[in-house]
Amino acid sequence: MEQELKPELQIRKVKGPDGVEFEVEPLRDYYCEALPTVQHGAYIQIVEDFFNWARSHSLWILGFGTGCGAIEMRPLMTPRFDAYRYGIQWRPTPRQANLLVISGYLSVKTLKRAIRAYEQMQSPKYVVGLGSCTINGGMYWDSYNTIKRLDDYMPVDLYIVGCMPRPEALLAGFEDLKKLIRAGKAEGANQYAEKFDWYKSNQKRVIHDWDMPDYSW
Amino acid sequence: MSFDWMKIPYALLTVFIVFNYGMLLGALIQKIGARAGRRHGIPIWQNYVDLIKNYGQRTSITHGVMFYLGPVFRLTGGIGLLLFVPTIYGSYMFSNLSFAGDLILALYFVFFGTLGMALGAGESGHPHAAIGITRGLSQVSVAELPFALAVFAVALQYQTLSVTDIVAAQQGGVMNWTLFTNPLAVAAAMLAFLGSMMRPPFDVVIAPQEIPIGPPTEYHSAYLALMQTNRAIFPIAKMVIYMNLFFGGATSWPEFAVKVFLLYLFSAFVGVCFPRFRVEQSIRWFLIWAVPLGVLAILWV
Repeated sequence: MEQELKPELQIRKVKGPDGVEFEVEPLRDYYCEALPTVQHGAYIQIVEDFFNWARSHSLWILGFGTGCGAIEMRPLMTPRFDAYRYGIQWRPTPRQANLLVISGYLSVKTLKRAIRAYEQMQSPKYVVGLGSCTINGGMYWDSYNTIKRLDDYMPVDLYIVGCMPRPEALLAGFEDLKKLIRAGKAEGANQYAEKFDWYKSNQKRVIHDWDMPDYSW
Repeated sequence: MSFDWMKIPYALLTVFIVFNYGMLLGALIQKIGARAGRRHGIPIWQNYVDLIKNYGQRTSITHGVMFYLGPVFRLTGGIGLLLFVPTIYGSYMFSNLSFAGDLILALYFVFFGTLGMALGAGESGHPHAAIGITRGLSQVSVAELPFALAVFAVALQYQTLSVTDIVAAQQGGVMNWTLFTNPLAVAAAMLAFLGSMMRPPFDVVIAPQEIPIGPPTEYHSAYLALMQTNRAIFPIAKMVIYMNLFFGGATSWPEFAVKVFLLYLFSAFVGVCFPRFRVEQSIRWFLIWAVPLGVLAILWV
């Protein structure tokens, strides 16, 4: 289904400061067209294990609350739970984060932003689905504008069940994620690159106003 | 002119010691800040782990040549600042590559990283980075003003532009320190110090809750790791300058450690006590409170 692009994304003629007129096609000219590739770890296994150990002890969460579950993340920063003790920190920009927590239900509108945020993060990156909504839609199972299975749209490393899961459950979940990372099993970014077409077709099936490049670098 | 080549490995040793001290001290100060907020905060080794992780990220993207050079300039500013002033006074090993006019060079290096960062972050093309730089440069420039005035006052007072000579003039008892011989200059410089340490009340530039993290918005992976390396070295290098100019320098590593810790603690102490200024508030604050002190300090001498 072809959609009309937003005005700022349409092909247009622009006059440069030197008076030369040229054509701009924003989706091609302003964005990189390359698709993600599978990234291999260090050649020597012990180095990769060392990096994995460092990655597991330095989880930088993208401060992006998608649903009501985001409210359970805030107590983690405060004295009662203090997740900083476990090497968990929050970063305000996807470039620096390596863990995306989808906190609760994900409306289609937010899914678009979540995909862009996920794609802008640097590999290796991890996704944690928080709450029942990310597993089967939870209480939003028959909603007209939320997705039901997060796993169809981005590679999820770990789910934390509950509606809502308490901050303790989140901490326990992060500890489990650390074990996965140390074991070298959290390779979601590579999975995303391998099955890129499948993920994209799933995403485009629900996002009808697709007006962004296929991969946001 | 003969050059003593042994100075180079010794200077590198200084950088190594200062880097590790900076990593640990940074975490310690963060822990102290966390304790003031009734948390425990990060483990003391967290900065090392973050650094390894960022160097170990598998992908990184670039926005152009200046984007590469931004963190490099920043690190150059930090290391350059450290290399050209004597870290330990009177020590052959740790007086580094200091020379007769190093005070002027140091003043330049304090600003160098910020400018490089501005060019690099500007090329990332992110609007947050552009706004962050605008705010950062205006605040750092105005914070630099009282510092520069204080430095001129000190240079006039001792009639020299050599940091080594300034430290030498302060030896022989606490009462010889600039802190007591020219308290106005020290006061102006310490207020400027708050402005350049990127802690509250003057950390609006890189505050995550404001424009997301300001200039380094687009920086990631190894670029960010370079900047973290600089974040360990640069504050210490800056405090070495302060220690040398105003607090009698250090004649041994333990003395260095204690003085630098206390200087760092000063900014952390102010930071946990006072809320954050907006940029225009902090500029006004520096112009009203710090700059007149600097002018008075020059008049005093």
